[in-house]
Amino acid sequence: MKVSMTVNGKGVERDVEPRMLLVHFLREELDMTGTKIGCDTSQCGACTVHLDGKALKSCTMLAVQADGADITTIEGLANGDLHVMQESFWENHGLQCGYCTPGMIMSTTALVQDNPNMSEGEIRHQLEGNLCRCTGYHNIVKAVQQASEKMGGGD
Amino acid sequence: MWPKEFDYVRASSVDDAIQQTSDNTDAKILAGGHSLLPAMKLRLSEPGKLVDISRLADLKGISANGTLSIGAMSTHAEIAASADVQQYCASLATACGMVGDHQVRNFGTLGGNIAHADPASDPPTVLVAAGATIHIKRSRGERSVSAEDFFIDLFTTDLEDGEVITRIEVPNLSGHKAAYVKMPHPASRYAIVGVAVILEMDGDTCKSARVAVGGATVSAMRASGAESALSGSSLDDAALNAAASAVQSDISDALMGDVSYPESYRQAMSGVYLKRAVKAALG
Repeated sequence: MKVSMTVNGKGVERDVEPRMLLVHFLREELDMTGTKIGCDTSQCGACTVHLDGKALKSCTMLAVQADGADITTIEGLANGDLHVMQESFWENHGLQCGYCTPGMIMSTTALVQDNPNMSEGEIRHQLEGNLCRCTGYHNIVKAVQQASEKMGGGD
Repeated sequence: MWPKEFDYVRASSVDDAIQQTSDNTDAKILAGGHSLLPAMKLRLSEPGKLVDISRLADLKGISANGTLSIGAMSTHAEIAASADVQQYCASLATACGMVGDHQVRNFGTLGGNIAHADPASDPPTVLVAAGATIHIKRSRGERSVSAEDFFIDLFTTDLEDGEVITRIEVPNLSGHKAAYVKMPHPASRYAIVGVAVILEMDGDTCKSARVAVGGATVSAMRASGAESALSGSSLDDAALNAAASAVQSDISDALMGDVSYPESYRQAMSGVYLKRAVKAALG
């Protein structure tokens, strides 16, 4: 089945099986392996991308459902060197092994765009859709707080 | 994980979706896909054909005009953020805001949620307590069913092949005191027990009460004994204790449990959470 969509600003078209998940489409058809597969059961958030600006677990959508959509992945998030959220994760050491990090960054970027004034408690709560097995989350929360201030919040 | 092979079609209209699923009992309606696709990946569900209705404009939108009308393809995020839902039935906004996580709420729909009928999901319990009506379209026309009669058993509803949920109608409960509270599973955050209460107050007296329980039971269900115990009372400790005891009897034939949270525990907790729900409703 033919699908076409915009991925990181570039139009792509492929002929795929209806059962192909969006995450497989990104990783295997487009060779964009920044988006990770963690649990593959809609829980861990490692596969989070943006679809038309909204955070999505790309293991929970078929590529054919995303036909015509505008997708942003970790590879296309930065407009230049690094996105503010990526910088903040780096500066606060919001990672250890790094496997959850692309999903964490895509998820929290969408959250902060929707609400740049989240409290620490709200950030912790909203991270429920992303699992990190290394850090204990403290530095991730710090990174999101710092990025929030730079992205227009904190007032 | 890859689901088993299937055909995929995007319905051009609600009638098209009805026809595509009426002619083929192996076909399933695809809404947001956030319950169906995980089940298909685990091969718990293996439909031969998916009929995607998620883009149908007729099934979208939330309006409040005497009653609240929620298009079946409204997402949990849209419902949780809707000023109309918050005004007419704030507990439903609360419950939709508890589903999954923000990623899931962006794409999971209320129509898909109730068609899936997971007994541990939050919105069905509020819909039953609120006296919501489910509007359904089929080849022979339209019909409607109360939420109370819609949820029948574990993952089982009144919906038949060739039927599509078009909208969910909720009465205006803005003058009522209401709350939905749950004991979330520590890992999944699904409801081990969820209780919704809607109280019609006259000063300090509860004129009437509607109570529904989910999570502990095979489907969201009304608790009429608890409703009677609260109605006409001043919601004092004696009334709350009577209602907590009544709710445990109300659900005794429909309990479910597992090794961590057996039936008896969930039954006991239904009483505790009923009291908490009443207190939360009264603020």
